[in-house]
Amino acid sequence: MSEQTPNFKVTIDNISIEVPAGTTILNAARMIGGDVTPPAMCYYSKLKNSGGKCRTCLVEVSKGSEKDPRPMPKLVASCRTTVMDGMEVKNITSEKVVDARKGVVEFLLLNHPLDCPVCDQAGECDLQNLSYEHGSEATRYEFKRRTFEKEDIGPYISLHMNRCIMCFRCVFTADQLTERREHGILDRGDHAQISTLLGKALDNEFIGNVIDVCPVGALTDKTFRFKNRVWFTKPMDAHCNCTKCSGKVRLWMRGEEVFRVTARKDQWGEVEEWICNDCRFHKKSVSDWVIEGPSNIPRSSVISQGHYAGNIGTAETPVLIDKVIGKKPKLTLDIHSISDVNRPEIELSKIEGPAHSDDFKKNK
Amino acid sequence: MAIKLLLENDHIEGIRYYDTYRKHGGYRAAEKALKMSPADIVEEVKKSGLRGRGGAGFPTGMKWSFLAKPEGVPRHLVCNADESEPGTFKDRYLMEFHPHLFVEGLLISSYALGSNATYIYIRGEYAWIPDILEQAIAEAKNNGWLGKNIKGSGFDCEIYVQRGGGAYICGEETALIESLEGKRGNPRMKPPFPAIQGLWMRPTVVNNVETLSAVVPIINMGGDEYAKIGAGKSTGTKLLSVCGNVNKPGVYEIDMTCSVEEFIYSDEYCGGIPNGRKLKACIPGGSSVPIVPANLLLKTAKGETRYMNYESLSDGGFATGTMMGSGGFIVLDDAQCVVRHTMTLARFYAHESCGQCSPCREGTGWMYKILKNIEYGKGKMSDIDLLWDIQRKIEGNTICPLGDAAAWPVAAAIRHFRDEFEWHVKNPEESQTRNYGLAHYADPIHVPTTA
Repeated sequence: MSEQTPNFKVTIDNISIEVPAGTTILNAARMIGGDVTPPAMCYYSKLKNSGGKCRTCLVEVSKGSEKDPRPMPKLVASCRTTVMDGMEVKNITSEKVVDARKGVVEFLLLNHPLDCPVCDQAGECDLQNLSYEHGSEATRYEFKRRTFEKEDIGPYISLHMNRCIMCFRCVFTADQLTERREHGILDRGDHAQISTLLGKALDNEFIGNVIDVCPVGALTDKTFRFKNRVWFTKPMDAHCNCTKCSGKVRLWMRGEEVFRVTARKDQWGEVEEWICNDCRFHKKSVSDWVIEGPSNIPRSSVISQGHYAGNIGTAETPVLIDKVIGKKPKLTLDIHSISDVNRPEIELSKIEGPAHSDDFKKNK
Repeated sequence: MAIKLLLENDHIEGIRYYDTYRKHGGYRAAEKALKMSPADIVEEVKKSGLRGRGGAGFPTGMKWSFLAKPEGVPRHLVCNADESEPGTFKDRYLMEFHPHLFVEGLLISSYALGSNATYIYIRGEYAWIPDILEQAIAEAKNNGWLGKNIKGSGFDCEIYVQRGGGAYICGEETALIESLEGKRGNPRMKPPFPAIQGLWMRPTVVNNVETLSAVVPIINMGGDEYAKIGAGKSTGTKLLSVCGNVNKPGVYEIDMTCSVEEFIYSDEYCGGIPNGRKLKACIPGGSSVPIVPANLLLKTAKGETRYMNYESLSDGGFATGTMMGSGGFIVLDDAQCVVRHTMTLARFYAHESCGQCSPCREGTGWMYKILKNIEYGKGKMSDIDLLWDIQRKIEGNTICPLGDAAAWPVAAAIRHFRDEFEWHVKNPEESQTRNYGLAHYADPIHVPTTA
C-alpha cells in the first residue's frame, strides 16, 4: 500500500480497525479475522469483478460515515462496498443480517442435490461449511429439484451442473486467465447454466484452476474422481521446477501415493498461485515433486482429522469471539441428551477388555 | 377538460410525419433550447419538478445534475424504451404516434447533457416501432435537426435505435447498458452509478421515453409554468395505460389532480366497469407495484379521497397504499381471482429473473411453484406464511430492483387478500369451479376518529 492513501477507521461488530481507503468491508473484516468475517461464496480477491452475486456476505451498515452518519437503508454486499471513514458495520451482531443470511443459505440449497455422500468436494466444500454455520437444519422446499442434462466438457474436468450455485467464479477465471472466452452462462433465471461455448472442450494451459475456484462440487478433477475422500488423504506442500507456472502446489497423498494435485489455498480458501494443467493432471508421482512438509490446515476442517504436529489453529480467534458476542460452538445435536453410551466421566482405558453397553449404565 | 401536453395534438392526422408536426408547432422547443445554455436547460427541468416516468419517480433535474463531466470523456444519453412491465404500454403509444415529439425531446436533452451520441434502447417485441423512429430520425436529420452543427449552434448529435432481445431485465438501467454494449443483460453492481461510469464506462444518463418527451413542453412553457400543473410534488402530466376490466381501456393523459374514483368511473377516462360488475382490486402502476383492494384504492386509510398522483397513491406506505409506478393501470372486477392473478405475475418474474443473485434466482421460482399449488387446490395453510417469509427474504437483498418487484405483488396480495388465499386452501374443490368474488373488499373501511 502506498503511503499517500488515507487510512479510514471502520468498526465491524464493535472491533475497530484502520484500513486504506478503497478497501471493501469484507477485506477489512478479513483483516480483523475470526467470526466477524462475513462468508463469501462468489467473491474471490484474485478475480476482477467477482462478488456481489451470492448475497451471503450481506452486512448492515448502521452508520454510513463520520460525515454522513445515516445508516444505509438496505443490507449491503460487503464484498462490493468500500469503507468510509467512521463507518460502523454490523455483521453477526445484527439480527437482520443473521436472518437474511439464513434465507440466502436456504435459497442456495433449494436446488442443490445434497449428494455430499457421493460428491468429491465433500470435506472441503464452502457450501457445506456455510450451511453448517449459517443455515437452518431443514429446508421448506417441497418440489422437485431442478436438474440439468449432463455435459462433457473435456477429459480433465467434470461439470456437474446440478450442484452449481452460479457464483460465476469459473467464468471470471476463464475470462481473465485464458486468452479467449471459452465458457459462460447460458439461459437465465433458475435455469441459467454454466457451459462451454458451442460444446467446445476447454483446452487451456491453466483452465484446471476452475476446479480450485469452484466453491462447490460442480467442477471437479476427473483424474481424482471417486478415488478417495479428501479427509483420508494428507495434504503436503510441494514444489517443482515448472516452466509454465510457479510450481508451488499442494499434494493430496495417501502413503506414498499422490492422489491429487491442487494449488495452495490460503485461510480464506483462495488459491495463492495459479498452477498449470501439467502440474495438476500429469505429475502424479512422488518423484516429480520436492516435498516441503505437511500443509497448514485449519483445525476446524475435517481434513485436519489426521492431527499432525504444528497443525493447531491460531489462539487469537477465541479472544476475538469473546469480545464480540461470546459465541459458543454450534452443536447440532447433544449426544448426551439421547444416549447414555457416551459418558465422558467414564475413562475408557480403565475398563477391562472391550467396552460393553453395561459399562455405561447409570446405576453402575 | 384536463390539460394535455404530450397528447395535445393527438387528434391531428399525420402528426407522426415531420411536415405536419412542424406545422403544429413542432421543434419550436428545440429552436428555443439551442439558443439557451445547457446549464439553463437543466435548471429549467429542475424547476419544473419533473419526476422520472419509468417507475421510480426520481426527480429528473436532479438526476441530470449528478452527471459527471470529466474533461475529454464523451457523455451519453440513453433512452430506456424497453417498456416490458406487464400492464404498461404508454411509451409504445408515444413512440408509435408521436415519434417527432420524442425525437425533439431527445435532441433537447442531448444538448443539455452534452451527448453527441444518443441511444434509444427499444424493447425487442416492439418490432414495428424502430422503423417509425428511424423514419422520424431521418426526417429530422434531413431538416437539419440532427447531425453536425445543428442549426448553427455548433452542437453535433446523432440518435441511434437499438433493439433489445426481449428481456424484462434489460429495462433495469445497468442491465440495459450492458446489453447495449453487446453483453449479456445482467445488472451491474452499484456503485459506480451510471452517472459516473455507465455506457462504455462513460458518464451516462438513462431516462424513460415519457420523461424525455416531457422536456419539450417544459422548454415551451418554462419550468415554472410546468410546475403549476399537477399537485404538490407531482408536477406536470402523466400518461397512464389502462387495461383490465374497464369500458374504455387505452392510454390517457392526466394532470394528476383527478381522483382515482373519477378516473375509473368518468366517461372522459375509463368509463366504469363493464357488464355491471363491481371493482374488486387495482394495480395502479404496472405489475410490480402493490395491488390494493377497492376500498383502499378509492380512499386512503385515513378516509381521505385518493388522487392520481405520486404522493396520494403512496399514502399509507405499503401497509395501506401503493405506488404510481410506471402508470400501468390494471383494473380487476369481482369476477377475477387474486390468487390466479398473483400466480401469473410470479410466473412472469420467475421467467424474467436474470439468475445472477441467489435470492431472486431461486426465490422467484419457489414462489411461483407454491402459488401454483394454492391456485390448483393443492395448497396448505402453512404455504401462505411460507410465501410471506420468502418474499421478505428476497426484498432488499438483491442486486437490482427485480427482486423487490417480484416480492411486492406477492406481499400485497397476501396482506390485503389473505382470506381469498385461505379460502383456496380450505375449499380446494370449490376453488376450481368458482371464484371467491368480491367479498368485503369494497366495504367502507373503519376510520378511527380522534377526539
